[in-house]
Amino acid sequence: MGLIDLANPSRFLSLTDRLLPWLAGATALVFAIGLYQASLAPDDYQQGATVKIMFLHVPFAWLAMFGWTVMTIAAFGTLVWRHPLADVAAKAAAPIGAAFTLLCLVTGSLWGRPMWGTYWVWDARLTSVFILFLMYLGVIALWRTIEEPTRAGRVTAILTLVGAINIPIIKYSVDFWNTLHQPAAVMRLDGPTIHSSILIPLLIMAFAFTLLFVTLHLAAMRNEILRRRVRTMQLMRAQAAPGH
Amino acid sequence: MDLGPHAAFIVLSYAAALVVLAALVGWIVLDHRALKRTLKMLDAQGVTRRSDKAVQ
Repeated sequence: MGLIDLANPSRFLSLTDRLLPWLAGATALVFAIGLYQASLAPDDYQQGATVKIMFLHVPFAWLAMFGWTVMTIAAFGTLVWRHPLADVAAKAAAPIGAAFTLLCLVTGSLWGRPMWGTYWVWDARLTSVFILFLMYLGVIALWRTIEEPTRAGRVTAILTLVGAINIPIIKYSVDFWNTLHQPAAVMRLDGPTIHSSILIPLLIMAFAFTLLFVTLHLAAMRNEILRRRVRTMQLMRAQAAPGH
Repeated sequence: MDLGPHAAFIVLSYAAALVVLAALVGWIVLDHRALKRTLKMLDAQGVTRRSDKAVQ
């Protein structure tokens, strides 16, 4: 089966039906390993045990940006390549990305209170992630506003491409501006600055959350394809009704 | 496991993650079941898509 075959919704549904149980199982397994490793990780010399919030907050932040990146690639698929499942992928990713962004903000707040003495500051990093959350909500609202899926797909694709500028802004905000949020400690040109006893659990948890994102995204895409089938069949039933 | 003086913040973070992700998974699963039920009902009413007719 080539990639182009996956453009066929029925083939895609058949593949996801076979793949999802394995993905869900792999996700659960990696979470079990990650949470066990996180529980054994030593306290940080400055932050103490609150470093354990990092095993949630950092993956949530990465996946919040990953979600919008997936939507951006899907937007290209809709507008440029006219791939049949591109707007399905975009619509399915939005609520998942919004959930991860919300959790990034919440866990960041709960980490900030004991470490910085405050739940929130309007610095560049926190503000740009909050804007990302609002952007997700905006795209979800737009999908619900436009009835016809193909038209909704094109309009949201344009909005997604415009919003994509926020991703490098979030990433480099701690370098461009004077922020309370610390600079990057993992994704750096000269390598991570975190000790392996904390870095390894972090990377395992990041992998677990990535598997969760992929699993939920495929499941949500499956739902969206079924939803469009329901819509088509309901329209056909309405057209076939007597007196129509 | 001693979570230190800020244990409440750590526990709340993991609890928030569990609640939000459980709600997300629950929504996707329940949505899937509802859609399958609706499709089965439409199928029972004899509504067939063009691509299903082509397969038949």
